[in-house]
Amino acid sequence: MSILLNNSPILILALPLLAAFLIPLISRINKKTVGIFAVFVLLISLVLTILLAVKIISVGPQVYVFGAKSSSLTLPTGLKIPIRIMFQIDAMGIFMGLITAMVSFLGAVYSLAFIRKREGMDKFYSLLLLLTVGMFGMEFTGDLFNLFVFLEIASIASVALIAYRGTDFGEPAEAGFKYMIVSTISALFVLFAIGIFYGEYDLLNIAALANMIKYSQLDKIALALLLSVFAMKSGAVPMHMWTPDAYSEAPAPITMILVAASQASLYALFRIIFSLYNVHMNTLAVGWIIIIFGVLSMFIGVTMAIVQKDIKRLMAYHAVSQTGYMLLGVGVGLAVLSNPIALKDYGITAFEGGIFHIMNHAMYKGLLFLTAGALFFRTGTRNLNKMGGLAHSMKYTTIFFIVGAAAIAGLPPFNGFASKLLIYESVYKFNPLLSIIAMVVSILTLASFVKVFHSAFLGPKLPQFKDVQEVPRSMVFSMAILSCIIIVFGLFPDLIVKNLVHPAVMALVEQVKYTGTVLGGM
Amino acid sequence: MIDNLPYIAVGLFVGLGVYTLMYKKNLIKIAIGVCLIENGVNLFLITLGYRKGAIAPIYTMAPSGQSMVLPTPQALTLTSIVIGIATTALILSVAMMIYKHYGTLDTDEVRRLRG
Amino acid sequence: MFGLLETGSGFWSAIIWVIVVLIIGSIVVYVRNKGEDSYKKDTEQVKPFISGHPEESKEGSHLSASHIYWGFTEALKGYYKPLIEMHTGNINDFSSWIITVTVIVLIIIGVS
Repeated sequence: MSILLNNSPILILALPLLAAFLIPLISRINKKTVGIFAVFVLLISLVLTILLAVKIISVGPQVYVFGAKSSSLTLPTGLKIPIRIMFQIDAMGIFMGLITAMVSFLGAVYSLAFIRKREGMDKFYSLLLLLTVGMFGMEFTGDLFNLFVFLEIASIASVALIAYRGTDFGEPAEAGFKYMIVSTISALFVLFAIGIFYGEYDLLNIAALANMIKYSQLDKIALALLLSVFAMKSGAVPMHMWTPDAYSEAPAPITMILVAASQASLYALFRIIFSLYNVHMNTLAVGWIIIIFGVLSMFIGVTMAIVQKDIKRLMAYHAVSQTGYMLLGVGVGLAVLSNPIALKDYGITAFEGGIFHIMNHAMYKGLLFLTAGALFFRTGTRNLNKMGGLAHSMKYTTIFFIVGAAAIAGLPPFNGFASKLLIYESVYKFNPLLSIIAMVVSILTLASFVKVFHSAFLGPKLPQFKDVQEVPRSMVFSMAILSCIIIVFGLFPDLIVKNLVHPAVMALVEQVKYTGTVLGGM
Repeated sequence: MIDNLPYIAVGLFVGLGVYTLMYKKNLIKIAIGVCLIENGVNLFLITLGYRKGAIAPIYTMAPSGQSMVLPTPQALTLTSIVIGIATTALILSVAMMIYKHYGTLDTDEVRRLRG
Repeated sequence: MFGLLETGSGFWSAIIWVIVVLIIGSIVVYVRNKGEDSYKKDTEQVKPFISGHPEESKEGSHLSASHIYWGFTEALKGYYKPLIEMHTGNINDFSSWIITVTVIVLIIIGVS
């Protein structure tokens, strides 16, 4: 048992990777069991991630070096810089890892009943496991080139999944094409910035680079490239136009996992800014750039969402808008990073609000996309003009939709209110206008979800939906687990903030702990 | 000045690739533009490892007393070329699927998802 | 025990909120149940009154999604028309946005 726990950073990635390549072999023997096999492997990954999270929060950050005699030998004898590839997991990394593990497990359970094509199912599950491996790798790694490789794995797997229905219809292929061009350009610019770092310092390890970085002109170019490219991958305005296309044309469980993949890119952005540069750069300028991205995303995202007719496109614009909340919270914290009095007063609270919102958003946005998938599964359409009166026949879906819509609008006692309250109160002390814009956006979010609820669920029972029933049990199971998590996080937010979010924020803010884990306190 | 020629070539590649992405209307030309940017970045990575008057980093039958170029950027470039093959193949196959359903490859027509 | 979340300028507790809502809700339900129950069921007294016009069928009076916020979107037409025009769906425009924003961020970080 302790062997499993000591090697768990690599087992969490290696088991889905091995299973992804075994699934085509298994499907030659028996086609129906590939889904259950994928669910089983992802359940093992989820259990290992929870055990690793308990260990990291109680003991400290963990390092796992590849190819050395023991797994924590970061500096080989006689050398002062780490030369091997390593995984470095601190509290922020395992926070994102928990989100990824939960979301991909529930997505696989949901797609047991949702995917009804009979001839391509092994490719679907294989790609789903590869996408999970890519996301875990981005969140656990401590090496810059490793980040690039896992970023490419995640984006190639997600393009193939978005275009999964493209053999029958034309629109998924178009959405997949646009997303592929965007993610390839972004990965190439990331490689360019990694090349700049290597040419200047001869190092690729994030902790070793953080020890030696000086803010020269080349470092400024690398920072600008990485900032704009990672902001684009997570869906910040004005580079957000791939988001509605890709999220609406993918199958519903894949959209939930894609939301977590966009948040993994947001995590990579925070890791570069906080653990690599920290106070060496001009934090006020970079903080204001992130705040401007956040405010534009919030406002344009929600105003475009009110006029949509397609239910998943509407929810995708809301995903853009909620990403603006995360960027606003972290941007305010970044702008006061060099100012210790303001940092202690409202900076840490702004960080906590932004980072807590990441987990809340993955949970309630995943639940909303799954309910939209349930509506599509039973009625065959995504157009809100054609739906109506479905609450009579789909009672469980209605309850889960109410929970998700109340959470995203920030109504108490669900978890959206807790993180939004933290953001409102701390941003108000920084600049009152930003907080007022955030509150107006919250009201418009509630307005657009009332629109969806009225046109899809309320009203009399329409004759064309006469024999619509409730969705199958595996789909109800996934939605029920997410609703329970939302309600528990809403009733006890202080436990989550004290045990999960606050260590993550402290791990980002203090750069010395990150470099000290690898370089041994130099 | 002559030593900076590879970097000028990198700038030209990336510039031409970005121009093709922004202004050309055919989907296949956009895929070629992505290939151009990728070639530029690979050339940049290899040029970083060069040292003046050095030989290839192979230990077998190497003359003694000679300095070698850095081998790490060559490993990075090989990985990037392989990723580029997979990416280009996927872009072209998705373009084939678009042609099958839409009948055209013009970006002004392939815009059913908008708004 | 009460689950207090400390923000910088106060606290929020979801459990106290739920208890208060249950207390106030039970008072509201009690007051409502003491209402008027001397009406005659299944006669003209329970039908809705729409100024003497006949009531339409329930299926025909369901408001579809595009018509719900018509007043809001029509009043903000000056803001919405350029915004929807900008979302063209063309891949060339989208690449232009990425390169423009990268150049602007490069200039801002370069001079600060």
